Amino acid sequence: MQRIGVFVCWCGNNIAATVDVERVSEILSHEYGVVYSTNYQFMCSENGQQLIKTAIKEHNLTGIVVCSCSPRMHEATFRKTAEAAGLNPYMVEIANIREHCSWIHKDREEATAKAVILGRTAIAKLLLNTPLTAGEVGVTKRALVIGGGIAGIQTALDIAEAGYEVDIVEQRATIGGRMAQLDKTFPTLDCSACILTPKMVDCAQSEKIDILAYSEVEEVKGFVGNFTVKIRRKARYVDETKCTGCGACMNACPSKKGLNEFNMNLNTRPAIYIPFAQAIPNVAVIDPEQCLKLKTGKCGLCQRKCEVGAIDYTMQDTFIERNYGAIVVATGFRISDLKYFNEYGYADNKDVITSLELERLMNAAGPTGGTLLRPSDKKHPKVITFIQCVGSRDISGCGKPYCSKICCMYTAKHAMLIREKYPDTEVHVFYIDIRTPGKNYDEFYRRAVEQYGVDYIKGMVGKVYANGDKLMVQGSDLLNNEQITIESDLVVLAAAIEPEPSVRRIATMLSASIDTNNFLTEAHAKLRPVESPTAGVYLSGMCQGPKDIPETVSQASACAAKVIGLLAKDKLKSNPCVSHSDEMMCNGCGTCANVCPYGAITYIDKEFRLGGGKTETRRVASVNEAVCQGCGACTVACPSGAMDLKGFANKQIMAEVESICKR
Amino acid sequence: MDNTELTNRLKELSGTNVRQCMKCGKCSGRCPMFDKMDVKPHQFVSYLADGKIEKLQNSKSLWYCLSCMECVERCPRGVAPAAVIEAIRESVVRPQGGNRLQPEEVPALLNDEVPQQLIVGAYRKYNH
Amino acid sequence: MQEINEKYEPLIVAFCCNWCSYAGADLAGSSRLSYPANVKIIRVPCSCRVNPMFILKAFQRGADGVILCGCHPGDCHYTTGNYYARRRMTMLFDMLDYLGIERERTRVEWVSAAEGNRFAAVMNDFAAKINELGENKRLEDLRCKN
Repeated sequence: MQRIGVFVCWCGNNIAATVDVERVSEILSHEYGVVYSTNYQFMCSENGQQLIKTAIKEHNLTGIVVCSCSPRMHEATFRKTAEAAGLNPYMVEIANIREHCSWIHKDREEATAKAVILGRTAIAKLLLNTPLTAGEVGVTKRALVIGGGIAGIQTALDIAEAGYEVDIVEQRATIGGRMAQLDKTFPTLDCSACILTPKMVDCAQSEKIDILAYSEVEEVKGFVGNFTVKIRRKARYVDETKCTGCGACMNACPSKKGLNEFNMNLNTRPAIYIPFAQAIPNVAVIDPEQCLKLKTGKCGLCQRKCEVGAIDYTMQDTFIERNYGAIVVATGFRISDLKYFNEYGYADNKDVITSLELERLMNAAGPTGGTLLRPSDKKHPKVITFIQCVGSRDISGCGKPYCSKICCMYTAKHAMLIREKYPDTEVHVFYIDIRTPGKNYDEFYRRAVEQYGVDYIKGMVGKVYANGDKLMVQGSDLLNNEQITIESDLVVLAAAIEPEPSVRRIATMLSASIDTNNFLTEAHAKLRPVESPTAGVYLSGMCQGPKDIPETVSQASACAAKVIGLLAKDKLKSNPCVSHSDEMMCNGCGTCANVCPYGAITYIDKEFRLGGGKTETRRVASVNEAVCQGCGACTVACPSGAMDLKGFANKQIMAEVESICKR
Repeated sequence: MDNTELTNRLKELSGTNVRQCMKCGKCSGRCPMFDKMDVKPHQFVSYLADGKIEKLQNSKSLWYCLSCMECVERCPRGVAPAAVIEAIRESVVRPQGGNRLQPEEVPALLNDEVPQQLIVGAYRKYNH
Repeated sequence: MQEINEKYEPLIVAFCCNWCSYAGADLAGSSRLSYPANVKIIRVPCSCRVNPMFILKAFQRGADGVILCGCHPGDCHYTTGNYYARRRMTMLFDMLDYLGIERERTRVEWVSAAEGNRFAAVMNDFAAKINELGENKRLEDLRCKN
């Protein structure tokens, strides 16, 4: 016979304003099994918890029902309270009378009646609860970072600093990511490569960090603390251990038509190449689409030139499998496709470029050696027009509904840099709103206007069309209530950013949730911004939402702190609400193992005594409690009803249904 | 009908949610009749949102709009300024009574000088 | 039996998965989006935890509508749970229809943790539908009413 205590929380006025808490606790005190019932202003407060502890001891309670806010909020709190008073933490049930009752109903009678039913239902469930004990599992003291941009680099460095091993998996041939492509960074205008490359070198030199460049995550198994990840090491056709990065092969290569991705396809590169001078690892890679040897079998010049014999045309993709305790997603972003924005003429005119292309055109290591020249005729542009919000804040279906956040600042940066370097250039910026929240950000933008004389036009561009070698930019000037046409030499589009598309595959593998824009969802928008709802998976950088470099680095370090917190633990308490099979009822049919997404169910031959000294050996299901995540798919699939879920047993849910339906 | 009622009726008639407008002005950025208009396409949206119907009904722009739908095509927020203009135009034309074109009268009006744009526009107008 | 003049209050049982829909319901609550009080939510770890027996039991005990909410396809916390739920419910609802429990009394909806407004909208819509259909006369155990 259970002795149940009921505790009704007022939550200040949040519950008490619409629910008659006195009456709820009074009615529930007459329920079967209830020996104590009370109400209090804030159950989760120190005093409230003390009240629960005292009642458990004084009334010898075997279980408690707390009628309060959502169990997602304070179930853990009250379980700890119960445990502190000597009660099994799983003998606690929460009736959600705030989110599911007082906050959504206005009528006091109605809300009170519903609160009573919810309380009654929790009691009905609790009557069938059994004490559960959480198991313990070990933690693999190694982290995986997917993506080697500034976010991944910072997270890896911080984790390594704390003394844990960490692997960076990067799909491209070098780490560095988007930041390596940038020329200068706002708001201080320091050179991007100058502040990024030392961090890249730190990664390469750290004994704790293993850089797996030109690799992709293929498969993820396991759970928090114990992931097993299969990684595909794509064939580079160059032995990483031998290549010295001398570059002799690049000069020898006769195929020079491959588009240079690092320079946003603005120029070409050989078929064997090192992405950029400061690449880490500084190792060449062969583009199999362009390599004559791989395509036709005739050539082999680079192999002959290579003094260390690093080139191997027979190289194949290889797979490695490693164990990790935590996984960080830092897959970053790319510039979104502009195919639905014909009006800006991006596809038709070489001199309509994206801002990232402009970064390369202004960079000393870029295709023009740092001199700003038009891609079409290599002339110096005299009039440059920037268009902001291209594809951002667009709900017409062509673009992205969100604000890409970084464009206002980088456009101001570009405008300023151009006016600084080429004072004879006219710079116009079409904007809808200027968004510059951030330390020294608005000051930066104002400097572009006031000090550098950049012409900001409030309005949007309707069409860009070619007229001879000029680009006509037609748009509205809302403040002057005019339609204007600017004859420009170069048009720069601040195109919307979007998450790197490979993130979808990775999110599915990690069962990390993703929003409609392909950004990964954080566990809590405000209070758990760097964790995914999936335990052991963390988010770093742009994969979670648009952000600039300072913000990315802050998030990356926050993410590392969370990973370190996990890896510092020797044991993790596992969820005791897992499946178990009643061996007397199980007939070993195999249905449950088929539906288990974790492979937690195996079959064992077990000997059963039949009485009279006889025994029988039967095949029965056995659940690995460390692997089972407690979804309950098997419990429904089991034809003999042998499988059940602890904490959410068939009987318990049936009792809840009955209690709710009792009129 | 008081002004609020009229405003709501016109919002409904236009079938577009003027609150979605983020005031970027892209509609006016490419309007081919912009220079002829006294009230600009983007102003149609904001005036309707503010209930300044009389200004719109008295504007010359109503008769300059080609219904080319460029503004509808370009709007990043799914607002249709041309539909707003159309709604206002109807609110002016309809009460005049009986002077609207019947579909069967159209063939007689066709000649080489009538731009196709106008016929398409007329059908769109009189199909409401 | 209820009074003749008294308006019949239908009873709706909602099974919500812990990770998406229950959180969606919480968000509806914290956003103060109201839906009828006769919707009562049972928390389950995953939509695939819902045994057809629970739904039969609910109808037997006088529920007028049962709705099952889970994560959007592809977003299941347990990877595939909602797919199982969808297939099971497709079969169950057909059978219930055969038994005379109208197809509209049962529903599967996907509600994510971010869709508080969708949760409230779904519940309002479902409750309105059930109100229209009125009392569920089939499968109920008369001993349980009153």
